[in-house]
Amino acid sequence: MSLRYGVDAEATHNAAFAYQDGFERGGVRFSFHPAGHVLGSAQIAMEYAGERIVVTGDYKRRPDPTCVPFEVVPCDIFITEATFGLPVFRHPPTADEVAKLIAAVRAEPQRCVLVGAYALGKAQRVIAELRAAGWDAPIYIHGALERMCALYAGHGVELGELRLVSETEKGAMRGQIVLAPPSALNDRWSRRLPDPVTAMASGWMRVRQRARQRMVELPLVISDHADWDELTTTIAEVDPKESWITHGSEEGLLRWCELNQRKARALHLVGRDLEEEA
Amino acid sequence: MKRFAALIDRLIYTRSRNTKLALIADYLRGTPDPDRGWAIAALTESLDFPVVKSAMVRALLATRIDEELFRLSRHFVGDTAETAALLWPDALRRKQDDPSVSEAVAMLSAATRADAPLVVAGLLDRLDADGRYALLKLALGGMRVGVSARLAKQAFARAFAVDVDDVEEVWHAIPPPYAPIFAWGEGRAGRPDLAGTLFFRPFMLAHPLEAASVDLADYAAEWKWDGIRVQIVHGSGETRVYSRGGEEISGAFPELVAAFDQDAVIDGELLVRGDTQGGEAASFNALQQRLGRKSVSKKMLAEFPAFVRVYDLLAVDGEDLRGLPWQERRRRLEGFAPRLAASHLDLSQVIDARDWDDLAARRAGARDAAIEGVMLKRRDSPYVAGRRAGLWYKWKRDPLTADCVMMYAQRGNGRRASFYSDYTFGCWSDEGELLPVGKAYSGFTDEELKWLDNFVRNHTVARFGPVREVEKTLVLEVAFDSIHSSKRHKSGLAMRFPRIMRIRRDKPAEEADRVSSLREMAT
Repeated sequence: MSLRYGVDAEATHNAAFAYQDGFERGGVRFSFHPAGHVLGSAQIAMEYAGERIVVTGDYKRRPDPTCVPFEVVPCDIFITEATFGLPVFRHPPTADEVAKLIAAVRAEPQRCVLVGAYALGKAQRVIAELRAAGWDAPIYIHGALERMCALYAGHGVELGELRLVSETEKGAMRGQIVLAPPSALNDRWSRRLPDPVTAMASGWMRVRQRARQRMVELPLVISDHADWDELTTTIAEVDPKESWITHGSEEGLLRWCELNQRKARALHLVGRDLEEEA
Repeated sequence: MKRFAALIDRLIYTRSRNTKLALIADYLRGTPDPDRGWAIAALTESLDFPVVKSAMVRALLATRIDEELFRLSRHFVGDTAETAALLWPDALRRKQDDPSVSEAVAMLSAATRADAPLVVAGLLDRLDADGRYALLKLALGGMRVGVSARLAKQAFARAFAVDVDDVEEVWHAIPPPYAPIFAWGEGRAGRPDLAGTLFFRPFMLAHPLEAASVDLADYAAEWKWDGIRVQIVHGSGETRVYSRGGEEISGAFPELVAAFDQDAVIDGELLVRGDTQGGEAASFNALQQRLGRKSVSKKMLAEFPAFVRVYDLLAVDGEDLRGLPWQERRRRLEGFAPRLAASHLDLSQVIDARDWDDLAARRAGARDAAIEGVMLKRRDSPYVAGRRAGLWYKWKRDPLTADCVMMYAQRGNGRRASFYSDYTFGCWSDEGELLPVGKAYSGFTDEELKWLDNFVRNHTVARFGPVREVEKTLVLEVAFDSIHSSKRHKSGLAMRFPRIMRIRRDKPAEEADRVSSLREMAT
C-alpha cells in the first residue's frame, strides 16, 4: 500500500492480516479471503447477526503464478465487480497468449517487443508466465516497474533476471522483451528502444477496435479481472441470495442474473435509492 | 479459413505498408488456388453476397444469444461482424472441420434468401472466434484492413517477382479467383491474353517539375485539372470507368457509362460541372460529393453532374495506340473527339504558349477553380505506365499561404507514434475568436518536428483523449493548394492539401491571419 499510494497512506489505521483472518468492530466480523487478482488482493467478508456480505473487489479465477487463487465464500449478499461483464469477453488460455508473445519476439530478432502492462500485478504476472513458458533471457523493464517487481520478489515470487531499460544499450534489447506501464508505450521514453513492436497485455485487447485505438500491434488478452464465464460461474458457485453488481458493465451481468432467475441489482442504483430514502 | 483469419488479424494491427505487403505476399505464395484468389478479392472488397446482410446476421444471433446481451455487446464493440464473431457459441465446434475460403465463398454464393441464415450458421459452427470474424467480414464486406486494390497488386508483384504494371493490366480483365493470373505468376502459364476483353491500362504519371523551365519545342503544355484521373473503356456493348488505382467506379458515374459508346479507351480528368462557375468545372470540393459511393441518387446526379475532360486516347477500334508518340496520339484524339458526346466528354485543350514566360504568366493568371497548374508532356514520348523521368511533368500553381495559430496536436502513427505531429490550426474571427481552419501533418523537417513536439508538450493546456490543446501562441505559416467553403468546420472553410511551410516563432499570435481574409481566397 505504501508503495502504491505513498507513505502517508500507511500513517494511521494500518494493520496486516493473513487470509481467513480478520477483526471485529461494532458487532460486525470482518475477514479477508483471497481474490486471485494480484499479490495480496482480498475479498472482504462482513458478518452481522447471522448474515454475511462478501465484497469481491477486483478478482479473477484462472491460475496466476504470483498470487493465491480466489476462494469461494458462501454468503447472503455478494457484491461483485463486473469489469468484463459482457459475453464478448472470454479470455483465451494465458499460455496461448504468452506463446504468441514469444513467437512475436522470435519472428523479428532485429526488433524488440514492448509490452504495456500495469505496474502492479500485471507486469509481474506476465514476467512469471514468461518464465513458466521457458523464457529465461533477462527481461527489460521501465523504471516505474522496478520497485513493485522488487516487492514481489521479496514475497518469494520468482521473476528471474530483470534489467532496467535506462541502464541498457539500445542494441542489447534487440530480440528481447521489454515491459513498461501502458502510458509509456507511445511516449518519448519508447524512442530509446530498438524499433519496438508495441504489445499490450489487457482483457480489453479482446476487442479489435479497442486494440487499434491504442495503436497496439500485438494485442495480448491477459487480464487480472474475471471474464464473462468466470463472473457468471462465480455467482452460480457462491449462490448468494442476492448479487450487487458494480464497477464495469453492470447491465450485462444484471441481464444474465435476470435470465437465470437470480436476484441482483446494480450497486450504483442502490446508492441512489438510499439517497432518496434519506 | 485459419490462414486467412490469421492474415486479417495481422493486417488489422499492422500500420506499416511494407509489412502489409510482406504479409500478403507470404500468404499468396503459401496458399493454394482458388483460396488465395478469393481471399485477395475479399481483402479488396471485390466480393458481394447480396443475401448476406448485417440485419440477417443480427437475426441469426438472436437464435443463439439473448437479444439484450447482443445489444449491449454490440454497443460496446461498435461492429456487428466482430460482436457476432465473439458471441457465437463455440461449444459445438468440430475441431478438424475448418472450412476453406473457397468452400465458404461457394456456399455463400449458392445461398438463397431463404436458406442463407442456415448456411451462415453452419459455417460459423465450424469456426473459432477469429475464423468467424474472417468469415463475417468476407460475407458482409467492410474489411477495413487498409488494403487497396493497388496494394494487393503490389503484393502479388512482390510475391511472384513480376512487374506491378503487368499485374495491373491483367488484374481487371480476369474475375476472382484469378487462377490464370496466379498460373502466370508462378511461371506455369504465359500472361493471360486480353484480346476482346475490357481491361484497365495502368496510367502514365508525371513527376513534379524541378527544373526552371523546359523547351516548349520538346514539350506540349496542357492545363492540369483538379479532379480525379479516370480511364473509360468501352467494347462489346459494355462501358467501364476506372479510377487511379484501377478500381472500377462505373456504378458511381452512370451518366458517363451511358455517354461513352465508342470502341475506345480514353484517359482524362473526371470533374463536376458547377453552377457557380457558369457551367464550367467546379472545385474538387464539389467533386468530393460524388466520390466513394457505390450508387448515386437522382438528386446527386442533378446537383453534381460529372463530365470528363479527355486528354489521351490509348486505344481505338481495336488498335492499341500506347506505343505512338504523344503528338501522334494527340492528332488521333482530335480526330476522334467528334465521336464523343459533348455533354459529358470534352477535349482538354493544349495551351498555345508563345514561350516559357508566356506559359508562366498564364499559369500564374489561372484562378479557375478546377485548374491546379500545368502539365508538360514530351511530344515524342509513348504512353508508358507509371512515372518515368523526363516524359511528363506537373507544374502546379504556387500554393496559397496563411499565417495560422496552432490550437490542438495529436500523435502520429508508426514511426511518429511518440511525436505530436498532427496539428490543428486556426485563424481569427472578426469577433476575435480563434476558429479551426485546417489540420496538417507534413511539410516540416525532422528537426522542426522535434521542436514542435517539444512545444506541444511544454504548452499543453488541456487533454482530450489523444488530443492536446495547446496555448494559442505559436504561429504556423501554412501552405495549401486551394480553400473552399465547408459546412464541416466552424470557420466555414476547408483547405486542400495543407502543409506546414514555416514555423513563425517571430510572429505574435494576434498578428495571424483572419478567417475573413481566407474566405477571400476561397474558390
